[in-house]
Amino acid sequence: MTKKKTPLKTASDKDQQTLANLTALADGVVAATRRRRDPHLDIPARSLSNVRYSPRKKIIEMGKNTNRRQLFNLSQAKSFMQTMLVASGATQLIEQGKSTSIRGLYYLLKHTIEGAKEETFAEQSECDPVIEDVEVLLASLREELHLYAQKRGDMVGDIVLLDSGDEIDCSRMGSGGYGIPSIVEPEVIQFKKCNARFVLHVEKDTVWQRFNEDKFWHKHNCLLTHGAGQPPRGVRRLLYRLHNELKLPVYCLLDNDPWGYYIYSVIKQGSINLAFESKRMAVPAAKFLGLRSIDFKRCGLSDSVKIALNDTDRRRAKQIAGYPWFAHKKPWQREIKKLLENGFKLEVEALISREISYVTEQYTPERLKNRDWLD
Amino acid sequence: MAADQRDISVSEFFAKNRHLLGFDNPRKALLTAVKEAVDNAIDACEEAGILPEIWVHIQRTGNGNGNGRNRYKVGVQDNGPGILKKQIPLIFGKLLYGSKFHRLRMSRGQQGIGISAAGMYGLLTTGKPVKIMSKVSVRKPAHYYEIAIDTKRNRPEIVNGRGDGVDIPPGQRGNKTIEKHGIEWIEANHGTRVTIELEAKHQHGRGSVDEYLEQTAIANPHVAIHYIDPDDNEKSYARVADTLPAEPKEIKPHPYGVELGRLVAMLKDTREPTITQFLIKSFSRVSPAVARRICEAAKIGARASTKKISRHQADMVYQAIQQTKISAPATDCISPIGEELILKGLHQVVPGEFYAAATRPPSVYRGNPFQIEVGLAYGSSSAAHRVTQESLIELIEQTDARTLRQFLATTFDGLGADAADKIIKQAGVKTRVAPRNLKVKEIDHLHDAMRNVNLHDGQTMNVLRYANRVPLQFQAGGCAITQTVTSTNWRSYGLGQSRGQLPRGPVTVMVHMASVWVPFTSESKEAIAAYPEIQKELRLALQSVGRKLGMYLRRRRKVKHEGQRRNVFLRYLSEVATAVSSINQTDRDKLYEQLLLVARKKTSEADVQLDDRGRPIDEEEMNLGKNVLIVDPS
Repeated sequence: MTKKKTPLKTASDKDQQTLANLTALADGVVAATRRRRDPHLDIPARSLSNVRYSPRKKIIEMGKNTNRRQLFNLSQAKSFMQTMLVASGATQLIEQGKSTSIRGLYYLLKHTIEGAKEETFAEQSECDPVIEDVEVLLASLREELHLYAQKRGDMVGDIVLLDSGDEIDCSRMGSGGYGIPSIVEPEVIQFKKCNARFVLHVEKDTVWQRFNEDKFWHKHNCLLTHGAGQPPRGVRRLLYRLHNELKLPVYCLLDNDPWGYYIYSVIKQGSINLAFESKRMAVPAAKFLGLRSIDFKRCGLSDSVKIALNDTDRRRAKQIAGYPWFAHKKPWQREIKKLLENGFKLEVEALISREISYVTEQYTPERLKNRDWLD
Repeated sequence: MAADQRDISVSEFFAKNRHLLGFDNPRKALLTAVKEAVDNAIDACEEAGILPEIWVHIQRTGNGNGNGRNRYKVGVQDNGPGILKKQIPLIFGKLLYGSKFHRLRMSRGQQGIGISAAGMYGLLTTGKPVKIMSKVSVRKPAHYYEIAIDTKRNRPEIVNGRGDGVDIPPGQRGNKTIEKHGIEWIEANHGTRVTIELEAKHQHGRGSVDEYLEQTAIANPHVAIHYIDPDDNEKSYARVADTLPAEPKEIKPHPYGVELGRLVAMLKDTREPTITQFLIKSFSRVSPAVARRICEAAKIGARASTKKISRHQADMVYQAIQQTKISAPATDCISPIGEELILKGLHQVVPGEFYAAATRPPSVYRGNPFQIEVGLAYGSSSAAHRVTQESLIELIEQTDARTLRQFLATTFDGLGADAADKIIKQAGVKTRVAPRNLKVKEIDHLHDAMRNVNLHDGQTMNVLRYANRVPLQFQAGGCAITQTVTSTNWRSYGLGQSRGQLPRGPVTVMVHMASVWVPFTSESKEAIAAYPEIQKELRLALQSVGRKLGMYLRRRRKVKHEGQRRNVFLRYLSEVATAVSSINQTDRDKLYEQLLLVARKKTSEADVQLDDRGRPIDEEEMNLGKNVLIVDPS
């Protein structure tokens, strides 16, 4: 580093730290080049082989394996360049005190390389993994890079919070609910008042609508969230904070298929891809309420709601059964075995076939009352 | 029965077996006639020490329908020494008359059948005699003959001037006579012109007169050729070498190359009184000591009379020769083209970017000295690429190929079946359509496709074969040259090759065998017989140019690859420098400069090869030697 930057007034301590990390990254390149060495980055590997399940903490942690990315390697030169671009983009955002979506960053950095007909990034799908690389490289969260993903997921329930200074009462959100932003860090969102006793997380919007319309959260005094499938980080981080700061237990109502299992797994232990963030997102005490493989019989559902398992489903189910955090749990092994025996999967909406409000009036309350869940 | 048996004249035999001499079909007849005349003409000039200049003129004489439709008049004139008056009828009107058969000396023609056979073919098909005009010098009168062959008696018959020909006085008066008799003659101080009218078919493409003259120009860079084809197109091949090839020496036969029958005949003809004298005088490399050893082995007296040697004894002598060790014949009797002239000749005619040539030292097969030369041109675009739309239309009109695929594969050199299919697919024409039935628009598409399809992969090596500087155009499959080219492994020289196939790529190879006696597989002189000694020399020569091509291609590939590597890095370096400097405010340009230095170091490092012990090996010097010509394709 040649010149000392004037510290930004607006930048928080956290931002200062991130900026220092980014600068160190750039200094490394300059230093290597000055010594006529090949500049390289050691990026922690984001793969199943480099994650470790900690039975004590009950979360997935990232291992120590790294992948070296070199500038002077034919197959890595471009991604090296892209990594440095993303780092410079993040620097720019932090210095200006602004944030953007990952798609916005893609447009910010996308341009034609001088003297070539090549784009720095051809598609956003090329940019997203590089952003994750920079996150793990700097051990910074995406939020700390002033980036956010597309907003997904809603919340409703008896809680009052402050979002960027605005007071929001989540019990007065009408039919749409409060859209969970992708950055829910304490700087942005503070909890003001909460009367709810637990959190019910459902898989998707349609089911969430059912519960909201039936005022389930009001009757049972809970918070109701959904993550539109695999929950984005904002939703997971919010669940973490609700659980840890307000001591609310988290229950999940998900589809009875391998994907539902994995959504639960991600909420509970963290994801393999972003294992380094588990400690700030995973909720190891989260419970799996349903749907269970035994529910077809137990609830007396009709044959027409069955969806046959395909080969991918079977393969994925076996894979999940083999994950270390499921391997030693007998109820889970039974659950997955039963799914494979059934040969079909069930969506939460299948319960509607019995009665429209069966899921809110009978199924969920019964499960909660009987403490009938998987851990 | 016995009454029906009688002599068969040689002429009569050949009249009935014209295919033996290369007159099997009208198309080939035209080529053979031109070929015999041109070969003789060049031989005559060289023997007289004159740089040859040849005029070839083919005219269509038929008026478009009926019998005369396929009639052509072939005129070949040289600037040679001319022929003595009394020799003319014999040379052109008697089969098996010539100066070349009885001697062992490298020359184009060998048996003395060629030109008279062409004349006879013309006479048989059109009834027109052979016309010969010959001029020995400016001051002496020239002679004009019209000769027919009496096939029964193998004798020339002079048709004009009451059986005596016409004498043309020198100077101005001569010109009037030439005009009066309608003689075709390009004004020259000396030379010979042969005109034969024959039934034939003119075609472009493979096995055509055009091709023959082109190939002749490659192997004979000291010859100038002027050619006017039946459509009045003129094509000239300029002389690129101003020196005549060294005059080949005549040698006596080597004992190893003589068969028993020949030995008996020689014994009968010889004037030497004793067997020892006979062996020493008639053969090369037979010293008195060697002769004595032969006699001892044959168990006959050294002073035995040649007249009294019985057939059995002759056989004994023959066996004895095979057992006796006799040194190889002198090889200085051969005059190769030479590497430099091969390069010049190839470059003149075949476009390309890399040329290599190799002349092997002389060697011997069955007592006959021979020498192999190979030239190679790389990077020539295929004939299919170069063809113009007009000539494509012409080719399509002339072809007798039944399908388009066949037409493409047979008309264009080095165009394999794969490439033909590619072209047809690109053009969107049906595969089995007859070329003649193509519509104008389809021909347009075809022409576009031929120019645009990348034929490099589908292109196969084009092999030009020569024997004593004469191109061999037919029976490629049966020829030792093609067989050796095919069996040579070209993959190690950077060309693709399937087993038992010619290698692929834009390559032209010319192979020349020079010998006092070229072992042809048939009288039509189209393929060389595969003697092991010849094949070995062929292989060595091919490998020698192959190695050079390999070196060139490797280097070219490497330079390209290195450039690409460096480019990839260079492309990103500027981006990296900008990004880094925007993060930590470092001096962008300085960083960029430094990154460039690292890039240079890295790319050169990656190119250093390591030996077994992990130590870097010195860069392979591209030492291609002298016999290579590299042309910058731009």
